[in-house]
Amino acid sequence: MSNLRLPERPGEVIDRGTPLSFTWNGKSFTGHRGDTIASALTANGVEVFARSMKYKRKRGIMTADHWDPNLFVQVGDEPNVRAGSRRLEAGMQVSAQNVWPNLNFDVGTANQVVGRFLSSGFYYKTFMRPKWFWHNVYQRVLRKFAPGGRIHWETSTHGAYDKRYAHPDVLVAGGGPAGMAAAVSAAEADAKVMLVEHEPELGGHLRWGDADDLAALAELRSAVDAHPNIEVLLDSTVTGRYDHNWVAVMQRSHDIAPERLVKARVGSLVVAPGLIERPYVFSGNDTPGVMLSGAARRLINLWAVKPGSKAVVLSANPEGDAVIADLEAAGVEIVAALDARAGDDIAEVKGSGRVSKVVLGDGRTVDADLVVTATGWTAPTSLLNMAGDRPVYDPSAARYFPNQVPDNVLATGGITGNGSTAELAAHGTATGTLAANRALRLRHARRAAASRARSPEGPRPEVLEDTRTPLARVPHPECYLSSGANAKKGMVDYSEDVAAKDLVQAAGEGFDSIELMKRYTTVTMGPTQGKLETVNAAAVLAKARQMEMVDIGTTVWRPPYAPISLGALAGRIFEPVRRSALQDWHDAHGAAPLLAGQWVRPDHYGDPMGEALNVRENVGIIDVTPLGKLDLRGPDVTKLLELVYVNKWQKLDIGRVRYGTMVAEDGVVSDDGVTGRLGEDHYLMTTTSSGAGAVWEMLEDYLQTYRPEWDVHVTAVTGGLTSINVAGPKSRELLLRLVDGVDLSPEAFPYFNVRRGTVAGVEDCIIWRIGFTGELSYEVHVPSGHALHVWEALLANGEDLGIKPFGVESQRILRLEKGHYIVGQDTDGLTKAPSAGLGGLVKLDKPDTLGLPELKAAYERTDLPVLVAVQPDDPQLVPTEADQIVDGDSNRILGRITSSRMSPTLGRSVCLGQVDPSLAAAGTSVTILLVDGRRTTGTVQEHHAHVDPEGVRQNV
Amino acid sequence: MIVVPCPNCGPRNSSDLRPCGEITSRPDPATASLSEWRTYLYLRENPAGWVTETWYCRSGCRRYFTIERNTATNEIRDSEVS
Repeated sequence: MSNLRLPERPGEVIDRGTPLSFTWNGKSFTGHRGDTIASALTANGVEVFARSMKYKRKRGIMTADHWDPNLFVQVGDEPNVRAGSRRLEAGMQVSAQNVWPNLNFDVGTANQVVGRFLSSGFYYKTFMRPKWFWHNVYQRVLRKFAPGGRIHWETSTHGAYDKRYAHPDVLVAGGGPAGMAAAVSAAEADAKVMLVEHEPELGGHLRWGDADDLAALAELRSAVDAHPNIEVLLDSTVTGRYDHNWVAVMQRSHDIAPERLVKARVGSLVVAPGLIERPYVFSGNDTPGVMLSGAARRLINLWAVKPGSKAVVLSANPEGDAVIADLEAAGVEIVAALDARAGDDIAEVKGSGRVSKVVLGDGRTVDADLVVTATGWTAPTSLLNMAGDRPVYDPSAARYFPNQVPDNVLATGGITGNGSTAELAAHGTATGTLAANRALRLRHARRAAASRARSPEGPRPEVLEDTRTPLARVPHPECYLSSGANAKKGMVDYSEDVAAKDLVQAAGEGFDSIELMKRYTTVTMGPTQGKLETVNAAAVLAKARQMEMVDIGTTVWRPPYAPISLGALAGRIFEPVRRSALQDWHDAHGAAPLLAGQWVRPDHYGDPMGEALNVRENVGIIDVTPLGKLDLRGPDVTKLLELVYVNKWQKLDIGRVRYGTMVAEDGVVSDDGVTGRLGEDHYLMTTTSSGAGAVWEMLEDYLQTYRPEWDVHVTAVTGGLTSINVAGPKSRELLLRLVDGVDLSPEAFPYFNVRRGTVAGVEDCIIWRIGFTGELSYEVHVPSGHALHVWEALLANGEDLGIKPFGVESQRILRLEKGHYIVGQDTDGLTKAPSAGLGGLVKLDKPDTLGLPELKAAYERTDLPVLVAVQPDDPQLVPTEADQIVDGDSNRILGRITSSRMSPTLGRSVCLGQVDPSLAAAGTSVTILLVDGRRTTGTVQEHHAHVDPEGVRQNV
Repeated sequence: MIVVPCPNCGPRNSSDLRPCGEITSRPDPATASLSEWRTYLYLRENPAGWVTETWYCRSGCRRYFTIERNTATNEIRDSEVS
């Protein structure tokens, strides 16, 4: 391979002392630290990087930056890496993607021949029918052609993504001259500044400029570096701006993660992204060797790479003129220097795999291997669009300009106009000062409004008027589409392979609004997200419709500004998993972990059926800490209980426990649990595990907003008390060995009572006699610091009684045998109280209770589903939960199985289900539709409880 | 994500709080007709403009408070503890 590295350039960013070895499609190459993958490959003579998406055309460097549409490569196990911006690292294994079988020979090139079949709407028109063909044929074949690299699920090594929250007063998006100047002036005005630059270095276009540019850059950079108020994020992209200046920043190549999502709450957002160079539409404009002036200047000046040997340059602006000097300095022969302002043009480029001939606008054909165009600029107004702006097209400058933005978003730099480096910096300076003023005024106002939280520092800054002198709008020709006869073959969207003719065709088919055309042709929908294509697409449409650009409009730029990897969005989740004080013990004793809401719990210890049976026969203990526990104190607790439960609570003696169900204001069952009275004005409420937070918030809601005069204090003690249920016929015998200060005899401590006492030497334990399992059982709430001691004491003292721990699965089996329903499992978001089998529990004669009018209405209805116990007629068949209960003849859905298990006690399957009232009578045979399509029958039972419906076992 | 000013905890991300919607007045459940009750349950003004709404500071002081918010612009006026 040839070596195209140039002698040292004044602004080069490569470290020639540090060579880095890497491979490209298996071959070894060397680059330097500071190279991008693309610059290193180009320096080694690589010209073709990829195949295009649809037509599989060979593609090379176009922009040599993050937006390059053709430089997506696979790096090791990481797909879709942007070679234009990813820095080279030693040992990288880089390969082309989207090629089959390889880069030089791709069977998909046949698509070029049959290209007319792949024109606009091809997919919509072709892959519609027959329907089965999609799964069996189209999908499989198309997968081979699908763009994108390979995901390696098993070996992925780039998975440690991270997140961060930040609160800068001013965030500057873009580190060019205006952005740097804005950051410095904002920092000097005492604002905390975050300066975010897309590229790995500050400077913007100054970096590949002339000696004056480099001098100005050095000065601005040292001012940024010197200011302690400025945090600089390099190789980072501001990807979105949301309400109240909530700004997302994607920080790449961070020390601790390949990508980090920074969520910033920003006082003022300064938008200074500069301008993005626009490609020119002519036939062959995607041939390798055709590149934008910025790409040529970057290759030569940043990485000292010679981009070709014989160049045709088409320039419509001073930057295009400057590239000629750079090319000449790099030893590139200028075959033709065309001036678009004087009417010069490129008609067509020919060449396969590399430019070979260029047909000029005047009909001459010249030999060249490099075509450089500088035909205009796109203002990346995305962040302004996200702040509500609809930029306006100015035909005299041939680009869009900001229109109206909120006060806390300020635009500066090239996006707002043209100027010398000094003028751009001056505008940035004024913008930074203004941004700081508005941010500091906001900070002051926020602190003043929350004076109880934090006092503002000093007086509020005075309003600073916006006296900025706008940057000039230098005239620029409208250079979009070549005058060549074949110009419409030119690509508009390189990443989606959409040519100008496709847009013309779409317009002809009636998709003649820019938004419709975008969706129909997929133009601007590729990884470059319109940065290169949007304005050209509008121009082609304007021409096709013979309209003015300003009347065509643009597509709306929405977040993200640049694609974000899903890993970064998932990132680190700042949500702790809750663990009871006993979870370490469970882990150490073989418990299968169950993630339930916020909690990790023991599902079982290896034998859920055996553990359940042991509860029926001996005694078992289960950690039920996630059970919501709310300590209620005050003289008005009874009023609160009357309000939130469907049943009555006035006459609950101290030491008694009552079961209650809660419904929401719409009459739908929302939670249930038991509440016990511990003292005169002291109660302990339990809720379901998943409903603990919601019930707490609901209680606070009614206490704060509805009955603020009630004197009740609610304290959540869910984690403070570790809850251990001791269940089984031998539970009393076990507790007798460990409990002090409580008479455990059935007469002194009957069912549904609560006592406080000492367990295994631990004082102030609360012991309830209740039973979800249907056995004699005690629920012991232990101060969590002593929970492990009590748990181990129970196990040690129960050894001769056959004690075994059991988990959530065994508890579910036991409660289903006993017919206890679970809110959210046997009920859903439509289940009103009568459908939960609450019967006489609900009291409709109360003056006030949640959802009372709905409850009254519900109890007058006869068509509501009914909760019933069902036993399949085949005792060994366990229907799946959510299997439908259907009418045997018509297949009409009449209900569903809500819970099902094999009962170890009965040796048969048992279920709960919601059924139509016509099926609710005991003895009714129901048809159950199984997931595999088979049907089976079951019989509705008289009681919900399959085991011990009389409740003898729990009342001993 | 908007910033909601909690009177106790200061400005917080809205994800720290729970929006409870427009202020409603709960009819007397003993006497309310079903239709009045369902108006309370489901019907809101939902204006494109200023609305007084309740928020719950679920990650901070655990107080319910009201703010005035412009639903069209998300501009927020004073907040007060209910």
